[in-house]
Amino acid sequence: MLLEKQKISWFHASLTLLGSLVLLFIVAPLISMFLATPAEDIGSAAADPEVLSSIALTFKAAFFATIVSALAGVPLAYLLARKCFPGRSLVLAIIDLPVIIPHSAAGIALFGLIGRNSLLGRFFDNGLVGTTAGISIAMAFVSIPFLINSARNAFLSVDPRLENVARTLGASPVRVFFTISLPLALRGIVSGMILMWARGISEFGAVVIIAYHPMTTPVMVFQRFNDFGLKYARSVAVLLIVICVALFVALRLFSCRLKQQGDANA
Amino acid sequence: MLSLRSISKKLGTFEMSDISFDIAPGQYCMLLGPSGVGKTVLIETIAGLITPDSGSILWEQKDITQAASEKRNFAVVYQDYCLFPHLSVADNIGYGPKTGGADKKTIQTKLRSIAQTLGITELLDRKPSTLSGGQQQRTALARALICEPKLLLLDEPLAALDTKTRLDLRKQLKQLAKDLNIGVLHVTHDPLEAIALGDVIVVMIDSKIKQIATPRELFRTPSDSQVADFLGMDNVFKADFAGDGLVKVGAIDVYASAAGDATCNIWIKPEEILLSSKPFDSSARNQFETCVVSVEHKDPLIAVKLGIGDFELTAFVTYGSFEHLQIEKGSAVYATFKSSAVHCF
Repeated sequence: MLLEKQKISWFHASLTLLGSLVLLFIVAPLISMFLATPAEDIGSAAADPEVLSSIALTFKAAFFATIVSALAGVPLAYLLARKCFPGRSLVLAIIDLPVIIPHSAAGIALFGLIGRNSLLGRFFDNGLVGTTAGISIAMAFVSIPFLINSARNAFLSVDPRLENVARTLGASPVRVFFTISLPLALRGIVSGMILMWARGISEFGAVVIIAYHPMTTPVMVFQRFNDFGLKYARSVAVLLIVICVALFVALRLFSCRLKQQGDANA
Repeated sequence: MLSLRSISKKLGTFEMSDISFDIAPGQYCMLLGPSGVGKTVLIETIAGLITPDSGSILWEQKDITQAASEKRNFAVVYQDYCLFPHLSVADNIGYGPKTGGADKKTIQTKLRSIAQTLGITELLDRKPSTLSGGQQQRTALARALICEPKLLLLDEPLAALDTKTRLDLRKQLKQLAKDLNIGVLHVTHDPLEAIALGDVIVVMIDSKIKQIATPRELFRTPSDSQVADFLGMDNVFKADFAGDGLVKVGAIDVYASAAGDATCNIWIKPEEILLSSKPFDSSARNQFETCVVSVEHKDPLIAVKLGIGDFELTAFVTYGSFEHLQIEKGSAVYATFKSSAVHCF
C-alpha cells in the first residue's frame, strides 16, 4: 500500500516537473523580453503613429478575414459534420493543408490567385498584392482550418435527433439550422473564430510575401529588427503582445460567459 | 389511415425487409419487439427522416414516401425526450406553432391548454435540464401534441422512467390518444406495456413482422414459437370477471387490481410470484397452496411448475432460494402474488 502510494506520488512529481518545464519554456522568453524592454521604449512605441496604424491594420485585416471566412466556412463545417458524401475525407484533408505547408510557400501560391493578371487580381488595377484585402486573404488562407475544425466539432456535438424532432415539428432544414443547430454550436464556433483571428494577427510568412507595405505589425517587428536591431524591434513586439493578451483575455471571458449560459441550458 | 407497403431498408449491418401494416384512424398500435430489431429505424422512416430503399408509405391512400419530414405532420417522441436544451419549456412546446407561423396569442392559448392537460403549467419558465425524467417526457409530449399531428410516433417513450411515473404516464397516454382521436404507433420491448395500451400489437422480431393481432388474439394464438418465447407465454389464463376486484380462473378466485370485461385473459409474470414453505400474512392478496409438478433449469433462474387445481402456474426462483426451500417434485409450497401482478387484458 505504502509502496503504491509512493509510486503514484513519484509519477505525479515527474509529471509536474515536465509540465513546469514546458510552461517555463513558453513563459520565460516572453518575461525576459518584458524585463529587457524599458517602459519608456514601450511608451514611445505606443506613441509612434506608424506602429499604431500598423497594429490597427493587423487587427482589422484579421477581423475581416475571420468574418468572411465564418460566413463561408460555418456552412461547410455543418455539411462536413452532418453529411456523408464521396470525397468527404479528401475535403477534410484539403482543409488541413494550410496547417502543414510552409507559410511563405502559401504566400507564393496566393500570388496565383491575387497577383496582377491572376484569377482574382485581374479585376483590380495592380492585383490585390500590397493591399489590406490581400493581407486579409493571406491571413484567411493560413488560419481558416482553425475555424472550420472548431465549428465542425461544435456541430458534431449537437445530437442529430434534436434536428430530427424539429423537422417533424414542421421546420425546414434551413430553419432547423438557424433555430437549433447554430445556437447549440455557437460557443464552439465563437471559440473557433477567436482562434482564427489570433492566428491571423500573428501571421508573418504568407503576409510578408503578399504585402510588405502596408506593414502589419509582425512584418514591422521583422523590418525593425533587420534595419535597426533588436532593441527597436523589441518595443513593438512587447506592445503587440500586451494588446493581444489583453484582448484575448477579454474574449476568453466572453466565451466563458457563453459557456456558462450553455451549461445553464444544457 | 397510414399504410406501409413492403418497406425495406439497409443501414450498415442492419437490415429490415418487407414491413407492411396499417394504422387506422384513432388506433393505438404497439410495435413490440426485442431491442435492436430496427423499431427506431422504422419510426424514423415513417417520419420521413430516413428514406426506405424500397416500398412505399401511404397516408389516406396517397403516396408520401418521398414527402419531406416537415410536410407530413407526424410527431416523434423519443425515449430520452430530446428537448431543445437552449430553449425554455414554453419555447420548446411553442416551437412547432411558431414555426408554422401562428401568432403569439394563439400560441399562448394553445400552450396553456396543452400544459394544463399534461400538468406542466408550473414548469413553463424552466430550462429542460432542471426537469425530472417524467416532466421532460410530458414536455416532449406537449411539444408533439400542440401541433395537432395526424400521427403520433412514440419511440420507447416510457422506458427511461421510474415505475410510478411510467404507470401514470401510460394511463394518460391512452386517454390522450382517445380524446384526440389520433393514430399512435408506440414502440416498446415490454409485452406488459403492449397489452396495457395496444388496440393492436405488431410483433417485430429479427427485423421482420411476425404477427399483427389484438392483445387477446396474440396470446391465444401466437404465430410461432419465436413469438411465444418473446412474449413469455407462461401463466396466461382465461378468466371470468366476478366483481369486486375478483376474477375466476375455473373454480379458483384470483384478486386482480383492475378487471374490465365479463371475460378476459389474465397474465401473471413468473418473476412476480413468491414461493414459501409456509403460509404467511402480507399485503399480497393471492396465496395458494400448490404442489410442485416439475422443475426446469433456465439459466440463471429455475422455472418451477406448480399445480393448483387443474391449472399449472410457473414461478421463477434463483438457485439460492431453490436450495433454501428444498424444492423438489411433489413437495408442497405456497405461491403468493399481489393483485397488481395480475394483468388483465
